[in-house]
Amino acid sequence: MKMNRIFKSGGILLTLGLAPFVLISAASAFRASAIPLPRLINPDELVKILHSKGEEPLMIQVGSHVLYSQAHIPGSEYIGPATTEGGLQQLRQRVGSLPRSKFIVIYCGCCPWSHCPNVKPADDALRALGFTNVKVLYIANNFGADWVDKGYPVAKGD
Amino acid sequence: MKAKLLICMALVAVCLGIYFLEHPCRPSSPHSAPADRALAPDFSLPELTGQRLSLSTYRGKVVLLDFWATWCDPCREEIPHFMELQSKYRDRGFQIVGVSMDDGPEPVRDFYQRFKMNYPVVMGNAKIGELYGGVLGLPIAFLIGRDGRIYGKHIGATDITVFEEEIISLLQKGKIA
Repeated sequence: MKMNRIFKSGGILLTLGLAPFVLISAASAFRASAIPLPRLINPDELVKILHSKGEEPLMIQVGSHVLYSQAHIPGSEYIGPATTEGGLQQLRQRVGSLPRSKFIVIYCGCCPWSHCPNVKPADDALRALGFTNVKVLYIANNFGADWVDKGYPVAKGD
Repeated sequence: MKAKLLICMALVAVCLGIYFLEHPCRPSSPHSAPADRALAPDFSLPELTGQRLSLSTYRGKVVLLDFWATWCDPCREEIPHFMELQSKYRDRGFQIVGVSMDDGPEPVRDFYQRFKMNYPVVMGNAKIGELYGGVLGLPIAFLIGRDGRIYGKHIGATDITVFEEEIISLLQKGKIA
């Protein structure tokens, strides 16, 4: 009887302890951290590609225009926050006529990776349209710390 | 023996759960370095009402300047705590000013009304971002002393107790030691 009570209270405590993790996991399913690793590209890998003579990807910033105006990857295009329906529509329009094998890199860098609300919906939308060569730029902290401060190429303005 | 072990494991799980809720994983950034006590650049930007707000209006008060956006989860999570701080320390000379980095005022207006925010919010732009050293990630909050100088810069969601300690220190001593 006593053992039963002990196991029961232990079970309750264990459940309470795990609850935050379950909640966090559920919330993060819609965030960047839910994107599988093979779909990611690191900043240094992208810089190498940009410096090479291979196919240059279509680079799309799916975050805020105010952030884009301050600094963005040269040649990349601003689409709008993919967390909004307007942003997703813009994205679909932009890529609609492209071959589904087109190399596309999407990025945001608004927030720490686990909190970025924009790249996952953009990645999902592109895959739903049938694009097979999409990479998401992995920005651990934010665009300032992980791109600008690293000395990678930057452009300003619209 | 097994029961004790199970209880110990459960307690550890509870503690870990609480810890990770209170301290969400976020990598440190070089931007988190202590402030350089530079004068906070003044600005005049439109509030949601259309009136213009100048930072210099608040000279003599301790100001928390919060760069945020409605679509930024960690930004949104901080706002109820900021509202509490605003209510708690307003009479002692504390003022929060939100700078929205949203692309337009509509979602900000909705958010402001829905959450009954109790401090002014202005619409930011690239220029103010550059004035403050580049706002290239959200949220970013600056703590400005009564003398108009920057005493703290916090990148990413920051524990509210950190803000409160710094605010109290600035209110009491005029600056953070």
